[in-house]
Amino acid sequence: MNAVNPSVKKDFILSVEDLTVSFDGFKAVDSLNLYVDKDELRVVIGPNGAGKTTLLDLICGKTKATTGTIQFKDKELTKLSEHEIVRAGVGRKFQTPSIYENLTVFQNLEVSFPRGRGVFGCLSFRRTPDVIERIHQVAEEIQLEEHLEMDAALLSHGQKQWLEIGMLLMQEPELLMLDEPVAGMSVKEREQTAALLNRICKGRSEIVIEHDMEFVKSIAHKVTVLHQGKILAEGSMAHVQADERVIEVYLGH
Amino acid sequence: MKAIYSNLLGGKSGAVGLALLAVLILVILPLSLDIFRLNLVGKYLSYAFVAVGLVLLWGYGGILSLGQGIFFGLGGYCMAMFLKLEASDPVSTKIQTTPGIPDFMDWNQITALPAFWEPFKSLPFTMVAIIVVPVLFAFIIGAAMFKRRVGGVYFAIITQAIALILTILIIGQQGYTGGVNGITDLRTLDGWDIRTDSAKYILYYFSAFLLFGCILLGRFILSGKLGMLLLAMRDKEERVRFSGYDVSSFKIFVFCVAAAISALGGAMFTLQVGFMSPSFVGIVPSIEMVIFTAVGGRMSLLGAVYGALLVNFGKSMFSETFPQLWLLLMGGMFIAVVMYFPNGLAGLYQQYGARLDKLWQPLARRLAKRNKVVAPSQADGSPQLVATPVIRKLAEKAVVTDEPVHEAIRTRRPA
Repeated sequence: MNAVNPSVKKDFILSVEDLTVSFDGFKAVDSLNLYVDKDELRVVIGPNGAGKTTLLDLICGKTKATTGTIQFKDKELTKLSEHEIVRAGVGRKFQTPSIYENLTVFQNLEVSFPRGRGVFGCLSFRRTPDVIERIHQVAEEIQLEEHLEMDAALLSHGQKQWLEIGMLLMQEPELLMLDEPVAGMSVKEREQTAALLNRICKGRSEIVIEHDMEFVKSIAHKVTVLHQGKILAEGSMAHVQADERVIEVYLGH
Repeated sequence: MKAIYSNLLGGKSGAVGLALLAVLILVILPLSLDIFRLNLVGKYLSYAFVAVGLVLLWGYGGILSLGQGIFFGLGGYCMAMFLKLEASDPVSTKIQTTPGIPDFMDWNQITALPAFWEPFKSLPFTMVAIIVVPVLFAFIIGAAMFKRRVGGVYFAIITQAIALILTILIIGQQGYTGGVNGITDLRTLDGWDIRTDSAKYILYYFSAFLLFGCILLGRFILSGKLGMLLLAMRDKEERVRFSGYDVSSFKIFVFCVAAAISALGGAMFTLQVGFMSPSFVGIVPSIEMVIFTAVGGRMSLLGAVYGALLVNFGKSMFSETFPQLWLLLMGGMFIAVVMYFPNGLAGLYQQYGARLDKLWQPLARRLAKRNKVVAPSQADGSPQLVATPVIRKLAEKAVVTDEPVHEAIRTRRPA
């Protein structure tokens, strides 16, 4: 498994190889290998403490790996800082909605527009028509066009989650990582989110962490089951659901 | 032109606020106070520079620095060094063992001007140094702290420690710095006597205009994307970082800007008060400056100026009668502001101002109605656009609804 043919490797947008992170001897992620295709929507499931969120933290640079490599397109992410990883094209949504409550929805999206990211670029940044157009486009996608002027703090929980997804879309990432995007959402909102994730998957890859199996079924191209920092099973939803070890450690509960 | 109006002046309300403060500082105070009191106001205004810097740094950036006295002091000392050298020409210092060097050096058995004093013989160099020295210092502190992600209370404590260290250094090296007395007996600026009444008036006005310049600079920074980003960083730093921004560089930048503004205040202080000493560098003045900002409103550039003026007026009034009580009162005021009015006087004004607006609106409507009735009678054949109710309504509608979304948002400006 560790020895992957380099010619095959090129096809993946993300190849994680032999990744380990150890916190005081505890291996939260343990020699993990993961490959994500272009335009693929991968769902990572697993019991609490399996290392799902840690895996995303490692990819986006929030946590530094002890050993192993993370290859994104032709860049080695383990050597880059967080903002460089974002600029390389990796977007990350956090578990709890992480938006700027004291700005309006419009401003939340504007701040996420990938231009004027340096101090002086920021000072000379102007709200040009293409910025406004892009904001309206994304707002429509996440169904918040009516609320552009509203303070983000006043949005409902589900809308906040969508806003954060919208903020990621503004950055036009090639890899989008979402940590429990439907936690705390109503059934209807879950359906809408599933549709949204399926829509935005065109032209980019996604890694989604989720517990809700119905939701997973409706979006997953492929499912990876993590357990104690290692991959327990990987494949289609049906394949994973039939796996006895998966039923034992996760689905059975 | 329109962009300048909305960005720098902050639209109508911002322009009115700025105009009111300008009238107070440039007209009312100079007309109603004698030169001694006005010179005191000038001193308070030099603290207001620091408060304006703190609005950017603390109010918007969320970075509490308890060491802004460092930069105020560095700016002030740079100015003082130039003035002192000018006052120490060989003729007026001929009774010294070594004529031509500042008096305190002579008292400390120093026989030649230290190398780092040499460049301060030049006025252009001094003017550049007033800004560059503090900014460089701020850059080093900022880079060391923010790159390592030191923030919050830890940053506040470290800045406080640096302020203390700088004070000790200045006092300890009295042969080079004038020690605890500071640099005193300053007389002329490039031959112009700064101790005369007319010079004090000119310096007061110069200082006031410079302060307004700093306020406009602050508005320019806050009205654009950077202001928005500072608020975003204060709220969710991680999210900003994971939106592709190098958070530390923005913090370093705003820290440097605040330092530069504080340093200008320090230089104006030296010019108006006529000396500079370590008692304006250390922990106590640095915390006092945070209190001015908190009382005035840490989210308001204009509020910070009012805060600096009011607290200092209070200080000079109370400390004349109850010198011991003043510190307790100021401490109590700080606690009260933090607990009950987190946005200070400016916050109160915004709340109270909204209520005033409500009171005013029915009156305004009644006036408008009366105008409508009156208008036809004064019609002299020429079409009176304002008078017709339909057009008035249309105009109102255009203002309220036809404004595009982004325009409506653009008008939300920092006070």
